Amino acid sequence: MTALRPAGDFDRTYEQDMSVIRRPWQWVALAVVLLLALTAPRWGSAYLVSTANHIFYTIIAVQGLNVLVGYTGQISLGQAAFMLVGGYTSALVTTHLGLPFPLAVLVAGLSTGLVGLLFGLPSLRVKGFYLAMATLAAQFIIPWVSRHLYPDLLGGTSGRITAPVPVIFGISFGEVNNYFYLSLITLILTTILMLNISRSRLGRAFVSLRDNDLAAELLGVNLFGYKLRAFFIASFLAGVAGALKAHSQRGVGTEFGYGLEESIIMLGMLVIGGLGTNLGPFLGVTAVILLEDLAGVTGQRMAQLFPSQAARFLTSFRPIFFGLILMLFLIFEPRGLAHRWQTIKSAWRLRPFSR
Amino acid sequence: MSQLTPLLTVDHVSLSFGGNAALSEVSFDVRPGEIRAIIGPNGAGKTSILNCISGFYRPQHGRILLRGTTDLTQTTTNQIAGLGLARTFQNIALYTGLSTLDNLMAARHIHMKQSMMQSMLYWGPARREEVAHRQVVEDIIDFLEIAHIRKAVVGALPYGLRKRVELGRALAMEPELLLLDEPMAGMNLEEKEDMARFILDIYERRGVTIVLIEHDMGLVMDISDRVVVLDFGRKIADGPPDDIKRNPAVIQAYLGEA
Repeated sequence: MTALRPAGDFDRTYEQDMSVIRRPWQWVALAVVLLLALTAPRWGSAYLVSTANHIFYTIIAVQGLNVLVGYTGQISLGQAAFMLVGGYTSALVTTHLGLPFPLAVLVAGLSTGLVGLLFGLPSLRVKGFYLAMATLAAQFIIPWVSRHLYPDLLGGTSGRITAPVPVIFGISFGEVNNYFYLSLITLILTTILMLNISRSRLGRAFVSLRDNDLAAELLGVNLFGYKLRAFFIASFLAGVAGALKAHSQRGVGTEFGYGLEESIIMLGMLVIGGLGTNLGPFLGVTAVILLEDLAGVTGQRMAQLFPSQAARFLTSFRPIFFGLILMLFLIFEPRGLAHRWQTIKSAWRLRPFSR
Repeated sequence: MSQLTPLLTVDHVSLSFGGNAALSEVSFDVRPGEIRAIIGPNGAGKTSILNCISGFYRPQHGRILLRGTTDLTQTTTNQIAGLGLARTFQNIALYTGLSTLDNLMAARHIHMKQSMMQSMLYWGPARREEVAHRQVVEDIIDFLEIAHIRKAVVGALPYGLRKRVELGRALAMEPELLLLDEPMAGMNLEEKEDMARFILDIYERRGVTIVLIEHDMGLVMDISDRVVVLDFGRKIADGPPDDIKRNPAVIQAYLGEA
């Protein structure tokens, strides 16, 4: 599919052609979106703001997964476990070392990146399904470590420790209305990072080893080196997301949703959004989280209507809903919402000749 | 020219898969600035020898020397690109999810210096480097007349164009030695003529030495300087096209017993 551009949209330099934002109205649109997002706590309800906060840090983790699965074509079933590492690191360094929050998030990202490298090592030898099994190990080892080793630090069998409220320049981010901004700013930064990766040497090397690893090697890409880089970036972002999640929930531990189920839901979000596109994580995470909330509300409603089956409706409605949506997407739109968005855009550009 | 050290020396290379000998004791050389053709019936080992040169296969015996010094059989596959060697594949091996432009840019990998951090920040030097390499790539796009598919995703292109993009990707590596594995397979006459014109232009204007595997005898005899003939993994003839045409062993390999 040729990338259609609006008529009359010309570039005079390669730099213009390569830039992400190329038309004045796009700057305006960006400014409007940012303004709406920044003022959300003023006009939005408490539900909206806390859901947005949840969506923002989940997008960051899914962006990481996108680097690994979408761009590099490796697979990981351990993203939630890496978030756990990030959450623990950030909680520990803020509590015990008193590091300021931004630094703690960075440290969480870096240390999770290193852990990710460790679990990326099998990618030297194994691909696809076998690599999925190898990364699954992370999903079992990391929570085990948090429950069994260093009980003073990691919370022991309860598997939970508290994460302090971030305070930056004397401003406390205890309220979700404030904390929202931390997630938003981090998301903006990671999005810029993603855009840069996908249009530079690094991103092309990732995609080349996804699309044809033999040719990529012949073209001078060090396969193992770039696989490890992808694992590092993926777990770095998981660590950052985990740190944000931990401080927003005021605690971190295996019981706060860092299990295999979450890893798989994040993969599902990525597939629904669109693998290997920068828009994908945004669309997928937003769609899944909103639909899950809808399913939760519907489940409660159904439970009220049919009290005899209440327990079943409350527990099973959401997973069934998620499974159904993922399946429908795999059948009808395997390239995800981002691809659908592209199709709609090109149809509009060709109007009225698109049919 | 023949007094110079050969650009590539294939020295008694033997390769076998299990008990099957794919190549036995194959030797030939490639001089700088020539078009060297490798021909032979199907299964003769033509692609195997190319795979040995480009580091996909590791021969059990023999050496493959680049410029008389570097032994390619001892070099890591991904380092061979940096030595000035590029190739195309019999079954096109493009990055199907990328556009034509990005496929060619991906081939600039070895010439780009930006680190992972610079890529991620896309600041000053990295941005200038991208633009500079874009210039090089655009020259190749112009040369191969593929400007109209610059932004098209490669997976959706027709076969003939994909072959051309793959040639472009190999050229974007700015190689000294270019290995072409059946660049004209499955093409119609018009496309073949285009491709022959591009190959000759690459050879004459860019001064690239070319090793060519091709089944179209008329074309091989027309454009190559010297020809190696393989049959059942052995070299049966080596020399200028006119000698090859008259060589009884070659005639026998192609036509069978008279």
